[in-house]
Amino acid sequence: MTINTADKTHEQQHGMSNAGYIRIAVILAAITGLEVSTYYVDFGVLFLPALLIMMVIKFVMVVSYFMHLKFDNKMFSFLFYAGLVLAVGVYAAFLATFKFFIQ
Amino acid sequence: MAIIERPAPTVPAIVTPTTTYGSLKRPVSATGWRSWVFTVDHKKLGIMYGATAMFFFIIGGVEALLIRLQLAAPNGKVLNADLYNQMFTMHATTMVFLFVMPMAAGFANYFVPLQIGARDVAFPRLNAFGFWALLFGGIFLNLAWFLGGAADGGWFMYAPNSGPVFSPSNGVDFWALGLQIAGIASLTGAINLIITVLNMRAPGMSLMKMPIFTWMITVVQFLLLFAIPVITVALFLLSFQRNFGARFFDVAAGADPLLWQHLFWIFGHPEVYVLILPSFGIVSEVLPVFSRKPLFGYPFVVFSGAAIGFVGWGVWAHHMFASGLGPVSVAVFSLTTMAIAVPTGVKIINWTLTMWGGKLWFTTAMKFAIGLIVLFTVGGLSGVTHAVAPSDTQQTDTYYIVAHFHYVLFGGAVLGIFSGFYYWWPKVFGKMLNEKLGSWNFWLMVIGLNLTFGPMHILGLQGQPRRMYQWTEARAGEGFFNLAFWNLIASIGSFVLAVGILMFLINVLITARNPQKAPLDPWNARSLEWMTTNPPKEHNFDVVPTVHHLDDFFHQKYEEDPVTHTMKQVRTAEEIMAEQERNADKHIHMPSPSYWPIVLAFGLPVITFGLIYSHLISVIGGVIVLFAAYGWALESSTAPDSDFETNTPGTGLDKVASNHD
Amino acid sequence: MTDTAQGHASSTGISNVKLGMWAFLGSECLLFGGLISTYMLYRGRVTGGPRPSQIFDIPFTSVSSFVLLMSSLTMVLAVSAAHKDDDRKTNLWLTVTALLGATFVGGQVYEFTAFYKEGLGFSTSLFGSSFYTLTGFHGVHVTVGIIMLMSLVGILKRSSVPGKKAEVVEMIGLYWHFVDIVWIIIFTLVYLIPV
Repeated sequence: MTINTADKTHEQQHGMSNAGYIRIAVILAAITGLEVSTYYVDFGVLFLPALLIMMVIKFVMVVSYFMHLKFDNKMFSFLFYAGLVLAVGVYAAFLATFKFFIQ
Repeated sequence: MAIIERPAPTVPAIVTPTTTYGSLKRPVSATGWRSWVFTVDHKKLGIMYGATAMFFFIIGGVEALLIRLQLAAPNGKVLNADLYNQMFTMHATTMVFLFVMPMAAGFANYFVPLQIGARDVAFPRLNAFGFWALLFGGIFLNLAWFLGGAADGGWFMYAPNSGPVFSPSNGVDFWALGLQIAGIASLTGAINLIITVLNMRAPGMSLMKMPIFTWMITVVQFLLLFAIPVITVALFLLSFQRNFGARFFDVAAGADPLLWQHLFWIFGHPEVYVLILPSFGIVSEVLPVFSRKPLFGYPFVVFSGAAIGFVGWGVWAHHMFASGLGPVSVAVFSLTTMAIAVPTGVKIINWTLTMWGGKLWFTTAMKFAIGLIVLFTVGGLSGVTHAVAPSDTQQTDTYYIVAHFHYVLFGGAVLGIFSGFYYWWPKVFGKMLNEKLGSWNFWLMVIGLNLTFGPMHILGLQGQPRRMYQWTEARAGEGFFNLAFWNLIASIGSFVLAVGILMFLINVLITARNPQKAPLDPWNARSLEWMTTNPPKEHNFDVVPTVHHLDDFFHQKYEEDPVTHTMKQVRTAEEIMAEQERNADKHIHMPSPSYWPIVLAFGLPVITFGLIYSHLISVIGGVIVLFAAYGWALESSTAPDSDFETNTPGTGLDKVASNHD
Repeated sequence: MTDTAQGHASSTGISNVKLGMWAFLGSECLLFGGLISTYMLYRGRVTGGPRPSQIFDIPFTSVSSFVLLMSSLTMVLAVSAAHKDDDRKTNLWLTVTALLGATFVGGQVYEFTAFYKEGLGFSTSLFGSSFYTLTGFHGVHVTVGIIMLMSLVGILKRSSVPGKKAEVVEMIGLYWHFVDIVWIIIFTLVYLIPV
């Protein structure tokens, strides 16, 4: 269909202002600082969960805000998260068969 | 009302471009070899996919015949052990990656846009690139035959057997890199078709009004989208080990050879469904048409297809039951494997009930479809016996496995493809394949394949291992189950099968020389691809159809009688066509041909060739790729308005068409 | 009639190119997932070579990770400028993004050289092979991103981008952010969590 494009996509994409992006970047920087601090400060039993949670938060923030996924069409989220969830599931099972998680 | 029997196909409406993009003028030929090499038309690409796949089918078939010749009698002398290894490796690789996948890609390319009422795919140049990458990748894979020997580690190329120590020739390098190129082709094709289906359906065609073939192809493309990167990783690890000294599968360094098996089968099991689901889609189109009934339980067929696609990700380790995974893993994967038989069974039931009470019309296409139901079920049942891990341990690496996957792949995938040939031939080429020869084709193939693969169940249960290049009289045993007799039968069967396929090729030649054109709607079909000329015009539809029903074409021809509640024909296909022609869209600008897809694709084997022989060649290949990528990026997909003839109001398409007639 | 940069216009109003890019990124998840899993499986197998904790320079990698993270900010500013048709700012932020990316790749080259000198070659151990393969793949992705950014700056100056400029910038932006989020994972799983 080369004829008649409904070209509305661009207006829908603006979910944030530049100031908003900078705020997100500051939060990301702060979390990164916290992550790096685990190298210097002993977090005890919290070490592993804290790092993983911070990783996920950073990941989701970049995807949702910088990549606009939060404001965009659901179809984009479906395509991306389908791949992501499948990757996590399949590779976790794969590592589990090597008894990776019970070392 | 003008009854249009078979309107002449119109010639592409492009005139010489005035504007240049990239560094060259656009190709514009509408005829001759240039119109094929630089085309971005999904129909031409579909035909080229089909021709390429057929070519590799014959190569793979000859390899199979050599294998069966070798095993026909004790102490076979046709091939030596080394050549035998190469033969079965390349037979499987060719059939899987260079025949079934491209053939399905060909059907998908040709029919998905037609079935969803679109004029082309979402990314026409990417489509062309995918085809050329596949062709070049396939040629590259087979180059190894002439450069020191082909790959010899079996199609799943288990580590550490694939390492330089056990496979010193360049065969495995060609194999890994060639599949990498074919993988790129599949990935781009998958993205293209997914976006086409999600985004380019005709108005009114919701997902649940989509033809079932398109549905199955969509599931397949999602499987490819997510499975190809896994094999990409595995192939990179293998290439890095062989060419750059990485240690991934080096047991001396503490490597776990199961890493390869896992990665291969995480890809490999979804791949199995990539091979079979397109054929499921084809028979789901063929059965309703020739039973004169709608598909029984359409939503069930859709969702069972999607379920197969999803559960297909959780069963890969059943290929590895004998590798010492441990009882927990084996139990889990055993259960998931049994579970996946359920949605497959749902499909079988739906097909059977589609035929139940229908007015069956036993055309060749229908015979092949019924053949698939029966023979795939045989293969499916032996598959369930593999799901039982203790039984599978007995069967692993025997001919029983060979029997199983040939029943599902030949009895399933290939019969489905042949059903598609006979069903859609008039659509693609405008002529009907000969039904009488088709009958010979069908029966010889079915008898041949049962003679070939049936005895392999016995051979396997008697303990004949796969990939054994010779058997001896002493090991053959005695009585009804002796290996000598059944090996001979299998070999004879393989030649019967080959004659059956030869019948098809003869049929194609005879049909090509037959001047008689096919009628517009030869099968009284149901879906949108039949609502256009045979073969379709370059722009597919004069008017983009608006869809109201599942099987919309059927519902345009037939309406329910309010009194008797039976379907009565209200219009003929010819009338529908004539109406479309009267209301034809003007100013249809199709995507324009381009040099860049083939140039870009050509750069890939140059790079990989260089990786094996000289990195300087790789640099040249890289330059080609970069050059083509820039050309591609700087060229718009559809030539600008100024390149088209200006259509004065009221003339539109007709004028353009008549200019070229 | 509207002609787009890549392929046909869609019937839903959603951009084909963007949908295609997201499908590609979904697919890339399984590529990097495979590489990361291979590394996780092999990270402790060093066969006499250096262990991860012996050679990783966390402060150095933290700085280069931070640089890559900030390049995501500059990228998003470029996309934002492109949507406002502000060519000057678009070019500026694209260039800054490419420079930050180049800094990251430069850091990686330095890191690889240092590791090599400390005895970790590609063939030294399973840890070496899988580490260099994973981070190398990521580095190649960043490098491809830099080439695309620089090409885009060049093309925008000639102002002959076929199709919609802002969309092209946005697509490269999506790719760039994806490369960044992969590094977010690598940084934690590979560098910060010890074997």
